[in-house]
Amino acid sequence: MNTEIMGVFAAFIITILLAYPLGKYMTKVFKGEKVWTDFLSPVEKLIFRLSGVDPDKKMDWKENLKSMLMINLFFFIWAYLLLLIKHPFMNPMNIGSMEAALAFNTAASFVSNTNLQHYSGETGASYFAQVFILMFLQFVSAATGIASASILFKGLSQRQASDLGNFYNLLVKSVTRILLPISFVLALVLLLNGSPMTFSGAKEIVTLQGESVKVATGPVAPMIAIKHLGTNGGGFFGANSSHPFENPNYLTNMLEVITELLIAIGLVFSFGFYLGKKKLGMLLFGVMTIFFISFSSLAIHWESRGNPLIDNLSISQNAGNMEGKEVRFGAAASAYFGTASTATSTGAVNSMHDSFMPLSGGIFLIDMMINAIYGGVGVGFLNFFVYLVVAVFIAGLMVGRTPELLGKKIEAKEIKIAAIVLLIHPLLILTGTAIAAHISAVNPSVGWVHNPGYHGFSEMLYEFTSASANNGSGFEGLGDNTNFWNIMCGAVMLLARFIPIIGPVSIAGMLAKKKTIPESAGTLRIDSATFGVVLISVIVIVAALSFFPALALGPVAEFFSI
Amino acid sequence: MKTLRNIIGIHLSLLIVCCIIYTLVIWGIGQIFPSAANGYPVEKNGKIVGYKNIGQKFTLDKYFWGRPSSVDYNAASSGASNYGPSNPEYLKIVGARIDSFLVHNPGIKRSDIPAEMVTSSGSGLDPDISPKAALIQVPRVARAREISEDLLRDLIENNTERPFLGLFGPEKVNVLMLNLDLDRAAEK
Amino acid sequence: MLNNTLVIKMAKRKRYTKLFEAEIVRKAIGESFIKMNPMLMMKNPVMFTVEIGTAVMLVVTVISAFNGSSAQGSFGYNLAITVLLLLTNLFGNFAEAVAEARGKAQAASLRKTREITPANIILPGGEVKIISSSELKKGDVFIVSAGETIPTDGEIIEGLASIDESAITGESAPVIREAGTDHSGVVGGTRVLSDKIKVLVTGNPGESFLDKMIALVEGANRQKTPNEIALTILLAGFTIVFLLVTATLPPFAEYSKTIITIAALVSLFVCLIPTTIGALLSAIGIAGMDRALRANVIAKSGKAVENAGDIDTVLLDKTGTITIGNRKATNFYPAKGVERNDFIKYCILSSIADQTPEGKSILELAEKNNIKTSDGETKDARFIKFTAETRMSGIDLSDGTSVRKGAWDAIKNYSNNCNGEIEELQQFVVDIAEKGGTPLAVAVNKKALGVIQLEDIIKPGIQERFERLRKMGVKTVMVTGDNPLTAKYIAKMAGVDDFIAEAKPEDKLRYIKEEQQQGKLVAMMGDGTNDAPALAQADVAVAMNTGTQAAKEASNMVDLDNDPTKLLEVIEVGKQMLITRGNVTTFSLANDVAKYFAIIPALFASSIPGLNALNIMHLSSSESAIMSAVIFNALIIPALIPLALKGVKYKAIGATALLRRNLLLYGLGGVISPFIGIKLIDMLVSLFV
Repeated sequence: MNTEIMGVFAAFIITILLAYPLGKYMTKVFKGEKVWTDFLSPVEKLIFRLSGVDPDKKMDWKENLKSMLMINLFFFIWAYLLLLIKHPFMNPMNIGSMEAALAFNTAASFVSNTNLQHYSGETGASYFAQVFILMFLQFVSAATGIASASILFKGLSQRQASDLGNFYNLLVKSVTRILLPISFVLALVLLLNGSPMTFSGAKEIVTLQGESVKVATGPVAPMIAIKHLGTNGGGFFGANSSHPFENPNYLTNMLEVITELLIAIGLVFSFGFYLGKKKLGMLLFGVMTIFFISFSSLAIHWESRGNPLIDNLSISQNAGNMEGKEVRFGAAASAYFGTASTATSTGAVNSMHDSFMPLSGGIFLIDMMINAIYGGVGVGFLNFFVYLVVAVFIAGLMVGRTPELLGKKIEAKEIKIAAIVLLIHPLLILTGTAIAAHISAVNPSVGWVHNPGYHGFSEMLYEFTSASANNGSGFEGLGDNTNFWNIMCGAVMLLARFIPIIGPVSIAGMLAKKKTIPESAGTLRIDSATFGVVLISVIVIVAALSFFPALALGPVAEFFSI
Repeated sequence: MKTLRNIIGIHLSLLIVCCIIYTLVIWGIGQIFPSAANGYPVEKNGKIVGYKNIGQKFTLDKYFWGRPSSVDYNAASSGASNYGPSNPEYLKIVGARIDSFLVHNPGIKRSDIPAEMVTSSGSGLDPDISPKAALIQVPRVARAREISEDLLRDLIENNTERPFLGLFGPEKVNVLMLNLDLDRAAEK
Repeated sequence: MLNNTLVIKMAKRKRYTKLFEAEIVRKAIGESFIKMNPMLMMKNPVMFTVEIGTAVMLVVTVISAFNGSSAQGSFGYNLAITVLLLLTNLFGNFAEAVAEARGKAQAASLRKTREITPANIILPGGEVKIISSSELKKGDVFIVSAGETIPTDGEIIEGLASIDESAITGESAPVIREAGTDHSGVVGGTRVLSDKIKVLVTGNPGESFLDKMIALVEGANRQKTPNEIALTILLAGFTIVFLLVTATLPPFAEYSKTIITIAALVSLFVCLIPTTIGALLSAIGIAGMDRALRANVIAKSGKAVENAGDIDTVLLDKTGTITIGNRKATNFYPAKGVERNDFIKYCILSSIADQTPEGKSILELAEKNNIKTSDGETKDARFIKFTAETRMSGIDLSDGTSVRKGAWDAIKNYSNNCNGEIEELQQFVVDIAEKGGTPLAVAVNKKALGVIQLEDIIKPGIQERFERLRKMGVKTVMVTGDNPLTAKYIAKMAGVDDFIAEAKPEDKLRYIKEEQQQGKLVAMMGDGTNDAPALAQADVAVAMNTGTQAAKEASNMVDLDNDPTKLLEVIEVGKQMLITRGNVTTFSLANDVAKYFAIIPALFASSIPGLNALNIMHLSSSESAIMSAVIFNALIIPALIPLALKGVKYKAIGATALLRRNLLLYGLGGVISPFIGIKLIDMLVSLFV
């Protein structure tokens, strides 16, 4: 096994080894049990006192959702208004304001944990914006996701009660107990490896060959840490994690890809611990991992094999397809990074997805279309939960019992919400892409796509998929800083973020109030491998059936044409 | 309204904690490691000529070349080509790069050219090339500088970074550091 | 007295065992067209969209007839697609119509027993008048004598009679029905063989349970069960997704410079949406109710039958369900110091007036021991009847001697024995009970003299049935008036999970409530008025048809066969309905995989030749591929009608094993079968298209 594959393998194993104890720790934090970070509680108490929040006040699912939506609305307004102005301080590069549609898109993007960037980091955002708007949203959007997952866990563990926890309490604790400590460590490592942390503006230097070059820099290290940990993905620089200042060497690359997956996988284990159903947590982890390993392997395979059309030029492609990639990572680690990034809705890239082989790009697309393979912090599990409800419903029928999940009956109301949530993703992706395809077809001079033919179609499909999956990566050849893309994607990101949070939390809230039915020999056991097969089938069928034609016209067609 | 106070309070508190305190602490530690905090600048004769991890343009025959860059190594505005693998434009450009490379490096066979030397990087600022890519440039540089090829190969060997922990990731050669060593060796 | 030739006598009720009777099929075909009415189709969202698609294709076909241009395909092709879509709808309607017709036929055969017969109504003044049975109203009292047919359902308020119920149950052995007992109900259409009874009419014509059940199998007014509603919502969700997929395809195609015909789009849509389950869903529900009817169970609602599938606990009476009702006396155990023959004589005296089979068996046993009593001894004696409260019965002789017989704890409390005697008798009781017998103690003049041993016989095959229930996850509970020791022995022998001994009516109710507290669903069978509270509390309550009116009112199902083990069949019917729905849904969705591989390459064959690599079935042309998929989509519906009507056979193999089995058959089967099916159809179609 060569060192590139070894590196990927090691990264994945380390991720699981870290995620398991993290899952246990997070469960304790959610339940309010004693943990080693309790020394931070005076800080939290101070925050609650100043804000007039009683962290022990019980909230039902409606109140939790209301608090979540209102504070996120506030975040959005804060970001939008501040992006519309030119920042007089912390702006050594004198970067101007964003125009309205772009500001809307950026604010929506960072509030929704997407971090889709239609601007280029080092030229489009001042240091003030990077630190006080973008990085701030990276923290609080991740915390919103984690808090929502915790609320779901509590709802599923309740017996005929309506208390689902306190959103403010969970929001603040997610930041102080989970996000900040880990970010701090990662930021430190990044700093020591060469990720800059400075407030002076670009440095003007003269190269060895005697040319004068401006080198952009800034308060990079802290942002990169939370960018990955919170599955945000918004980089300081336009080149994201392919930029040497964001990702200087192989170690930082490993840490970044490990951190992306860390909380998402941790939450799957946390689910098992929280409900006292470790086996179920492992089964869900197993189902997601089967997808993840398959996808990673395929992407690594296609990229390491290289581009057949370049083979025709008779050069050596030992390293694989190197267009848009960095030498210090190699093709395998880039493909793995891309798969992890699209699985978890991070959206950071250490290589340019537009230049990936057609089927690797296709893998990234499917990853985002399923949107539940580990998924984004918190919301990934919420999305997976919807698939779980549908799978339990069909499997329950097949064993001759009214479908029940964790002892609670699944009835028409729950199915209705699950159906609506499952609808949103294909609705937004397919409709958006259809409109864009139509406009491009009728009016090619609009010049959005960078690559001709099927690959261009893939660019548009990818953008909407990324927005709807709250991912944020893109086929960056797409000219997306236009009113059409800014407004459409902004709307898509907001809808795709909050509806799939509202849905599962409301289902959990309704289930919490129901009577618990005890298990018997006739009950469907959802921690069995057989049920795992049902789950996998439901995910494949729902995703495949919704997106097969679109994929056929983009990546698949391109693959067959090479 | 009570909720408004809750929201504003939490918003401002988190702002202070995440944006001010967190950033300042990292910045403070950065002051202890100024070289790291500035991104490891590299000096020659007391002046900064580059950054260890940021690639720069090398086109003269007497230097080892790095990878093609879509932004021409403009470190103020990173970027990539974003060409798709089947794009005929892209394939033409690659073909042209190969031809140009062969012209500047006579005696090198086509099949020896590693792909990264004719494809552009993701950031446009890739500081590295593979050891093989450095080795095939040896004849050209040796001729341009009138230095022995063996000496050049030694320099490459010294500047080859092994995989991380010897196990993970690719081998690579940092072009800037190699060329600095080259300049130092040539001055002797 | 009266002419019985008006009654159509049926030895056994006609059972429709053949799946497709010619008469039913003919009626159903006609119904299929009637059901195309959009107002009716709207209730089924999946098939309604197919109907809309058919209408769209009709317009396209007409236009292409006049247009001549082949932009939207040839007239012949469009016409073929339109016809196929129409057939898809018709097949679905046909399935529902057949299920309805079968249900109605089954119910009609039951109704036939309610032919118009003459009734001897007793008017308020006391005179007897002859009217038609159809004129009988609730509250009327009629009198039926030997040889006459009972005109309608009712409750005996006076008298007892032996009745031939073969018209309803098919059993020709006569049964006893008596006023004031748990078997006071009579059914219209049955014949009185001996004696005379006065009967109170308990329901108005048309309001009987049977009428309610018939309404349940008539599709038009059928209420969807909660589970069906949830599944319909899920299917509607899928339909919307596929509508999106189809609707966004033209702009995609526009970008790839491909033209897709309307016929192709509509075909893709119809093939993708879960038409198989959409078409068969109502048929499955109706067939489920029909199967309940075939088991001779009348259910008040579809929900009750579905709930039966979820039952966690079942309460069964010991006598008649678990044991062959009649216990036999096998031994006399007089106490020390009591003369055996004297004891046996007192046993005879205590059982003379006892009409129960137990009592009769005591007399038989006594005769075997050659002990008799003389008539004189019982002259002017007063018979003491058995009551549920005292749990004793007996006789008070004219000379003052009182003889009582009953359960040991009842007799013990009643008697004044010294401790030594009590200990000895207790030992007899324990010995008998531990061996599964029932001890009956006999006391004379308030002094217990000895114990009679009665033995129960457990019904053969009962252990297997309970094992089956256990595998389904159902806990069995035996309810008996026996003492705990006897009950424990029989419970172990029969294989029930739990038992309630010395059960009084409130015990049943309490047990049910306790189980429900834990979140379990409880089922119970009953027939007496004292069962009514427990029946009302149970989640699934089955009343015997011969039970009291109160019991029937409190229940949500009535068993016409008075078979106590009927509950097991009801549970299976409930589960079958859910499993059939689940399996057909899985099959329907799994089919879509192959259909995509058929249609997508076909749509883009001309503009994206590379996509032909997806044509793994090597279908001959775009047109034939699409048409083959549509044909398969249509034909699979009638192919699965037998499955929908008969229901998937329920195998009690435990939930996970069952899931695996069904997943393989219907999931994997659903993925693979259309690949084969479409390919075969394509080979045929390509000869024409």
